[in-house]
Amino acid sequence: MSNLSGIAASSGIAIAKAYKLAIPDLSFEKKKVESTDEEINRLEEALTISKEELEKIKTHARTSLGDEHAEIFSAHLLVLSDPELINPIKDKISNDNVNAEVALDETAQMFIDMFEGMENEYMRERAADIKDVTKRVMAHLLNVSFPNPALINEEVIVIAEDLTPSDTAQLDKQFVKGFTTNIGGRTSHSAIMARSLEIPAVVGTKKITEVVEEGDIIIVDGIDGDVIINPSEDELTTYKQKHADFEKQKQVWAKLKDEPSISADGTQVELVANIGTPNDIEGVLNNGGEGVGLYRTEFLYMGKSELPTEDEQFEAYKSVLEQMKDKPVVVRTLDIGGDKELDYLDLPEEMNPFLGFRAIRLCLERDDIFRTQLRALLRASTFGNLKIMFPMIATLDEFRAAKTMLLEEKDRLTNDGVEVSNDIEIGIMVEIPSTAVIARQFAKEVDFFSIGTNDLIQYTLAADRMNERVSYLYQPYHPAILNLVHNVIEAAHAEGKWAGMCGEMAGDSIAIPILLGLGLDEFSMSATSILPARTQIRDLNKEELASFKEQLLGMNTANEVEAFIRAKTNQ
Amino acid sequence: MAVEKTMKITDETGVHARPATVLVNKAGGYASDMTLEYNGKAINLKSIMGVMSLGIPQGAEIKIIAEGSDEQEALDAVTSVIKSEGLGE
Repeated sequence: MSNLSGIAASSGIAIAKAYKLAIPDLSFEKKKVESTDEEINRLEEALTISKEELEKIKTHARTSLGDEHAEIFSAHLLVLSDPELINPIKDKISNDNVNAEVALDETAQMFIDMFEGMENEYMRERAADIKDVTKRVMAHLLNVSFPNPALINEEVIVIAEDLTPSDTAQLDKQFVKGFTTNIGGRTSHSAIMARSLEIPAVVGTKKITEVVEEGDIIIVDGIDGDVIINPSEDELTTYKQKHADFEKQKQVWAKLKDEPSISADGTQVELVANIGTPNDIEGVLNNGGEGVGLYRTEFLYMGKSELPTEDEQFEAYKSVLEQMKDKPVVVRTLDIGGDKELDYLDLPEEMNPFLGFRAIRLCLERDDIFRTQLRALLRASTFGNLKIMFPMIATLDEFRAAKTMLLEEKDRLTNDGVEVSNDIEIGIMVEIPSTAVIARQFAKEVDFFSIGTNDLIQYTLAADRMNERVSYLYQPYHPAILNLVHNVIEAAHAEGKWAGMCGEMAGDSIAIPILLGLGLDEFSMSATSILPARTQIRDLNKEELASFKEQLLGMNTANEVEAFIRAKTNQ
Repeated sequence: MAVEKTMKITDETGVHARPATVLVNKAGGYASDMTLEYNGKAINLKSIMGVMSLGIPQGAEIKIIAEGSDEQEALDAVTSVIKSEGLGE
């Protein structure tokens, strides 16, 4: 047995055997063959199996992700039936007397080179599709297993270097009990997905793929961030107990599902959820969410080959609003660019993507994209309680420009006889220090603030949150962050507006007492954090915490803040 | 003896992945040889990579040629799917 530790990304305990999601060794030898017919038969067989697999994955993707995301697999299937690809492979086998592997590799490479050489970014991406399907066929020729997360049909723990959005989207909760990766942090995509799927996960273990063999028994402890490989009997007993305790704890939390989020001395706050797709709403409601505090609309745009249409977006927004009934739903407009790329937009690479052309900056310039989204939102507004917020606002001018476009589209729709709600609140994300500093000026024009701490922290401490070497600077309790947060809340309240928070910090048990004391109105977090947060808040005394305000804001370091809160709240 | 038809692409994103998939799937259902001509290049309409490699933009004039036992039927099917997909006219 051996143990690894990493970052606890999604709580709970899972015990199952390891399923390694790694690209297998696809190296092969070049051989002269006697019977070319036999090679062609081997090729046909590998193609047939590959197509069967892709059909299954396509069906799975359609039910779990929707038609749009299944399209990519239709294209992959067509590549495998493409006469311009398959016939040259067969010809090569017959004419050159080479094995199928060589013929496949050389022919596919010719197409890959052709697509990679094209000017258009979208065309270059097609090279990746050809590589993808070729690898699958190659694996079958070589008789090595090719990992298909969608086809897992027994209980496993998925082990991977990292999980891409499409990997995680293929995971079936019924069989995938948990996962653990080499890289990633609490805010990385795989971690966010794990929490929305509600499966335990430990990320950032650095070397899990090196130390685990396929079939090893793995315990994932998503509460403390530990991974145990081939546990002893004692360890198994301990973790089974820990699992049972956690399940019991969850039942205690579940009792608070329909209770208000109210402190021991009677201050009520709102505990709402961060979501990425309409499918996440079920988890929000099961976990007692009082609304949606952050709907990340990027997922509508990602993993596709073209922009989502207005109707497609409208259906997604409508679905979320209808499912949430009259509960508030805060939708963040497109936050793309920088590190979150969309291949089909063909954006130039940047030196500092986090400081570059992203989010509202991109939307104001590409207003065709932005207006389509705004129209879809406006049309959906009559189906529930919609609030719209703009991401990455750095100046009042940006907010005014975005709001003007929103109002123009609203007028247009109204003139066309389309019904639009008149009660849509329009707010901003506060992620950029300049905005937090002059929150007072913003508060006169916006309807609400939502503080995005993941970015606010990286911008305030000037530390790239993707860079592990400066990760020590990712300090949510840094007094500078607390002062900015305080400034935003005060500014909102002075104008009779509300202030929320939608970064990871809002669900953190050290931050919650601080934020409650500072007067935060709305806490938006992963759905699974809501009930623990509600449990904690019901035991906290808001007035007492508020009395520590000056002391906390004047502290010297994040450690001082943390130690103080731990002492005051017995953590 | 072959049949052909010239059409104009009106979709603002041109012939992208999804419509290309629909076209190739449709063409694949017929026995006739089908060719797509654009900008002086001719490709096999049953080849997804062929269609995508042309990168056909909005406003492009394309010619579809069918030759074989079910050529008229095949040509009609492909041209009608181009219209029904809002791809061109």
